[in-house]
Amino acid sequence: MEYIIHLAILFVLYAILGVSLNLVVGYTGLLSVTHAAFYGIGAYATALLSTLFEVPFLISVLIGIVVAGFFSFLMGMVLSRFRGDYYALASLGFNVIMYSIFLNWASVTRGPLGIAGIAKPEIGGVLFSSNLLFLLLAAICLVGIYGISRFMVSSSFGRVLKAIREDETVITIFGYRTLDYKLVVFVISASMAAVAGSLFASYISFIDPSTFTVMESIFILAIIILGGLANIKGSMVGALFLILVPELLRFVGLPNDIAGYMRQFLYGIILIVLMLYRPQGLIGEYKL
Amino acid sequence: MAILKTNKLTKHFEGVHAVDGLSLNIEKATIVAIVGPNGSGKTTLVNILTGMIPYDSGTVIVSDTTHRLKKIKPYTMYSYGLTRTFQEVRLFDQMSVRDNILVVLTKRKVIQSFFETQKSDYTKAANKILQKVGIWEKRNELAKNLSYGQRKLLEIARALVTQAEIFLFDEPFAGLFPEMRKMVSHIVAGLKRKGKTVILIEHDMDVVRELSDYIYVMDSGRLLATGTPREVLSNKEVREAYLGT
Repeated sequence: MEYIIHLAILFVLYAILGVSLNLVVGYTGLLSVTHAAFYGIGAYATALLSTLFEVPFLISVLIGIVVAGFFSFLMGMVLSRFRGDYYALASLGFNVIMYSIFLNWASVTRGPLGIAGIAKPEIGGVLFSSNLLFLLLAAICLVGIYGISRFMVSSSFGRVLKAIREDETVITIFGYRTLDYKLVVFVISASMAAVAGSLFASYISFIDPSTFTVMESIFILAIIILGGLANIKGSMVGALFLILVPELLRFVGLPNDIAGYMRQFLYGIILIVLMLYRPQGLIGEYKL
Repeated sequence: MAILKTNKLTKHFEGVHAVDGLSLNIEKATIVAIVGPNGSGKTTLVNILTGMIPYDSGTVIVSDTTHRLKKIKPYTMYSYGLTRTFQEVRLFDQMSVRDNILVVLTKRKVIQSFFETQKSDYTKAANKILQKVGIWEKRNELAKNLSYGQRKLLEIARALVTQAEIFLFDEPFAGLFPEMRKMVSHIVAGLKRKGKTVILIEHDMDVVRELSDYIYVMDSGRLLATGTPREVLSNKEVREAYLGT
């Protein structure tokens, strides 16, 4: 049972990351490969504030959101100068910078040693110490983020985001300052990723820089491409798929000596086949 | 009263004089055609007027507001009542036909648009304009699935719904079936009746003769001739250079 709850928590965390990234990539068409950086900012904010200053969980989440929002605003200003592949490369650069900071600013982040002993969340006197309670907390966060995202994409704001994705020049001619829209969605998306980071840090109780690499950003990108771009539910389906499939492959009954490799192999094959036959993702509305 | 003026407008592309000292004076509530051979600078002119590209020198005066060198931004030109269509149709392809219209009806400010949900008056306006151009039945289809003619009509509808004062139509008749051409012709004439100004970039001289009040003929970025359709089409230089007769 604990194993299933653990998988459910992982699903919820990656669903938050997927939903938030989909706002930027799927709806706005900005190929961001830096989501793990904001995930890391949230995680480090909670880890540091919890272990050094015993700051309550909710306050640490809010500070994580503010810090991620601040960095994403600066990054968004820089990224607004790029389009297409160049945007992806520049955003990837930001992830590399943040990873280097997590790794090398050892006096604060403890570098590769990581930060241990992060407290479990406590809100209003309720300590979310059991995994089941933590799952409930994470699920509430997911529902909130899902609701905000749904509201955004079904408003006029969301329609303008799609138009930016389709043809930014044309929508500008119709009087929209697209930089404002891109900045707002980027900051909101980063803030949501920071929430996932805070949850992750307090769930695992230990973080180190290896969780927030470019590979993690690519994994989150894979979630939304597989699940479906420009579809909030698609992000959740993608998260479910990419978290569950490797686990299900454990039960295929492969010989022990090659099981690990074979699981990776089958996992790769499934992804390739899916992209061949469902390039828009499982329930996507937009093709890159 | 002039609603749009340019004064000695110039734009060079790596030594090529795309627009070379062009001065236009476009009166309100008229249909003005800009004609000329391919590469004569017509589309560059429209791109300058809508702020898509900066110009090198000269001035643009829209609704009594003077815009100087490189100051034109696309989103500001919209606020002065300019809208346009494109020679190669540019729609929001992976959005529905109706969303292509709705998106230009909504609030421009981020915060306002954030809290603005689907409004019934927007939907009514979108439905009305789609009915007007005859593609209402396609309202839920993705724009990319429309035929070429329908795409052109949707692009025109998107411009019309903005209630702009100046419409720049870049070859709106190209590639249309006769009944569609008739509809677009009717729409353009209707805009003039409503006191709007239309600038037509057009190759089809029959359309130009039928619709326009005034013609500017461009060649190599310069004005070759100006005048009423009768004056221009009887101009020997124009007939030799452009009409080949």
